[in-house]
Amino acid sequence: MADHVLDAKGLNCPLPILKAKKALQPMAAGSTLEILATDPGSIKDFQAFCRTTGNELVESDNDGKIFRFVIRKTG
Amino acid sequence: MSADGTKSMSIIVTKGTLDWAYPPFILSTTAAALGLNVTMFFTFYGLPLLLKKLNLQMSPLGNPAMKMPMAGMHMGMPNIASMIPFVDAGATAMMQNMMKKKGVASIEELRSLAVESEVRLIACQMTMDLFEYSLDDMIGGIELGGAATYIEVATQSEINLFI
Repeated sequence: MADHVLDAKGLNCPLPILKAKKALQPMAAGSTLEILATDPGSIKDFQAFCRTTGNELVESDNDGKIFRFVIRKTG
Repeated sequence: MSADGTKSMSIIVTKGTLDWAYPPFILSTTAAALGLNVTMFFTFYGLPLLLKKLNLQMSPLGNPAMKMPMAGMHMGMPNIASMIPFVDAGATAMMQNMMKKKGVASIEELRSLAVESEVRLIACQMTMDLFEYSLDDMIGGIELGGAATYIEVATQSEINLFI
């Protein structure tokens, strides 16, 4: 169960990433953020986001319509 | 690149139509979200993107690649159709509806996010004077600068884009 949840369903690039960034800012290191999105581009976007910012992409799955990501904030 | 290894990006923004407002703001906000230092330099027809009240328009004129999804197909418009009154308003309205339907962020929203992400916004002093824009017309938090200001930023940026 993630510490925080961000509903980004119905939002298109670049909003899921921008909102995730904003949500992560006040979070403590080690805590997790779950993001729900419908933008198919978000899979690659969140991989790139985690690679560049150093945050950990703990989970990434989808049921075909809704994409679910869990990111752990690193220091 | 800054002393701590943070990468930088600069964008020269020269266009101000509704469609062309998107690439600079999407790129700048995304780069900022990915941890880059970003500077946007607005000049010529990019200046209206800094106005307090945005009124961005679109036109199919001279844009044979613009094909809007209509009635299950992609339809373009011949240049001569632009002679019909209100065609630009129609194209603008169509684009705005498409954006809303697909959950695309508005330029106002992207611009706020850029300001929030501390993207540096510079308005070209020369073209501000040329087109007689005053700083009061523009949103707060922008700087005025000239070509040399931009070039200095560019020499320190890994990515420099002209849009």
